[in-house]
Amino acid sequence: MDDVAIKVNNISKNFHYTSGRAGTIKSAFTNVFKSKESKNKDIQHALKDISFEIKKGEFYGIVGRNGSGKSTLLKMIAGIYQPNSGTIEVKGKLVPFIELGVGFNPELTGRENVYLNGALLGFTRKEVEAQYQEIVEFAELEKFMDQQLKNYSSGMQVRLAFAMAVRAKADILLIDEVLAVGDADFQRKCFEYFKQLKQKKITVVFISHDMNAVSEYCDRAMLVDKNEVIDIGNTNAITQKYLRLFMDNNFKQDGAKTNQDRWGDQSITIKNVTAKSREGKIKIVVNVGATQDFDHPNIGFRLRDEEGKEVTGTNTRLEGVVISRLKKGESTKVTWTFPAVLRDGKYSVDIALQYPDEITVADWWNSAATFVLKKSRRLPYILDPDFTTVVD
Amino acid sequence: MQNIRQRYKYSFILLKQLVKSDFKLRYQGSFLGYMWSLLRPLAIFAILYVVFTKFLKIGEGVPHYPIYLLLGIVIWNFFVEVTMGCVSVIVAKGDLIRKINFPKYVIILATSISALINLFLNLTIVFIFMYLNKVDVRMVALIFPLLVLELYVFSLALAFFLSAAFVRFRDISYIWEVFVQGAFYATPILYPLSLIPITAAKIIMLNPLAQIIQDSRYALVTEKTQTIATVYNNSSARIVPVSIVLISLCIASIYFRKRSKYFAEEV
Repeated sequence: MDDVAIKVNNISKNFHYTSGRAGTIKSAFTNVFKSKESKNKDIQHALKDISFEIKKGEFYGIVGRNGSGKSTLLKMIAGIYQPNSGTIEVKGKLVPFIELGVGFNPELTGRENVYLNGALLGFTRKEVEAQYQEIVEFAELEKFMDQQLKNYSSGMQVRLAFAMAVRAKADILLIDEVLAVGDADFQRKCFEYFKQLKQKKITVVFISHDMNAVSEYCDRAMLVDKNEVIDIGNTNAITQKYLRLFMDNNFKQDGAKTNQDRWGDQSITIKNVTAKSREGKIKIVVNVGATQDFDHPNIGFRLRDEEGKEVTGTNTRLEGVVISRLKKGESTKVTWTFPAVLRDGKYSVDIALQYPDEITVADWWNSAATFVLKKSRRLPYILDPDFTTVVD
Repeated sequence: MQNIRQRYKYSFILLKQLVKSDFKLRYQGSFLGYMWSLLRPLAIFAILYVVFTKFLKIGEGVPHYPIYLLLGIVIWNFFVEVTMGCVSVIVAKGDLIRKINFPKYVIILATSISALINLFLNLTIVFIFMYLNKVDVRMVALIFPLLVLELYVFSLALAFFLSAAFVRFRDISYIWEVFVQGAFYATPILYPLSLIPITAAKIIMLNPLAQIIQDSRYALVTEKTQTIATVYNNSSARIVPVSIVLISLCIASIYFRKRSKYFAEEV
């Protein structure tokens, strides 16, 4: 128990729905006469019987889809929400908030907000004064501190909030999606801060949808879905499982062939698509058939990873291959081969057949095929070329 | 032990900052700024003086009647400012409550302290007029701080109760608004107590606010003020309103404590 920072025992949490008029005295009276059964309908389960332990100095990721209950869980660890049943034991000083810039008031100046936010972090006026210069320099807002916060751009506000948050002195930090905001420069600062936290052996609970960040920083992770813990384990296994949740969803849609996944005037059509990875190469084959005469079609593909991020792609026009004319009833085959420099994972292939203007779509098919690229490990980066590592 | 000290240290730091930002925000963008805290009671006094000494002559028997009135109104205004200000303050600070775990009573204390600062500024004006009107200062004036304490505790108790109840029942703010309007006339603020029948006076004086206002007038302005002791002909009658104050504080803090755990999900 000595090395445990947070111990969560069988917690459950329900929320009672409050529809528009629920918060009135009238409804308080009418509720008395409602049967118990109908009252239960107003309950939404947010978390069901969750248990886990986080060790001291661990960088712990929590992943899951929107609405899965991650943030509720974090709020309960922070003590903002109370569990309906179960207990949460926290050892050590916890930063009491989970978001950046809590308590910022747009009507106050940057300087006043620094003192207010500092107080929320538990700093006395003197303690804030001692750090004030550093905070302002870190946020790069020297010229703006006496302006009202409402005149700041959102980027400036985030910078100020972050400059404050890194001052927090605590044994346990709870971080909910900080990286969603801010430009590249700011994100770099965030990552540097995370590295420092890891070096200092501070316990961090980190919620994110950015699987690269989770893989890179977290020691362990937990997958939450539909208000339950699906799995806890090493980061790669968990991020893979998380991404599979989305792939499974995509497959279901494939069967339905909804308009969103395939569209075009069908003057030429995709007959079938195969995608394979073998012996360090990826091979994509598309069979195209024409339902009417068609001049100079442009045939292209695009690869997407589990998160739906576009990874690579090309088309016949870009490759300098000219397909002159397809007569009605004719078909043709396009094959692309390229080295498998992508990292381990599941990929989906989108295929597009376009008119020569490269705008009008004849047939566009998202996730026309999928393939799995197997490697000995999974890197937190998109590319995994065949590295040669030599140590002298 | 260390933990408890840490906890209260945090509350204290937070309280100070909240009061400060509250004060800064209140007069932001107004030309005269903090001066309004003094100008307001001055203006009220001017109106009262004209209305009650030139037109309505209900307070003819009472010496220094405008000051007598002003003191009552200042006390009443404090009560209204604390309770009305606090009713919705928990909901207004919902953004904060949903995102950070901190002792919620700090919010109520901060609002009440802002009102307390105003009360002291208003009282300064009262004291200045007392000096200008050459009101005799008697030894009994020394109990006035105790009365202010009673007033503060009573207002705070109601503030705790109302703010916690408002989170669940949003009708509370409207009900309270109407209630305050009625209570204004059920409290001897504008009229001297001698104008109403003794049985009614006996009931009215059980209200802690009526007792506080009349006792304060007795202590500061004139011995001719009728207090709960003169109405009942028994000075131990004060036990009733004082007990009401203490009991409300107990009930309100227990209720607030119990409900505050769920503020984050209900606001």
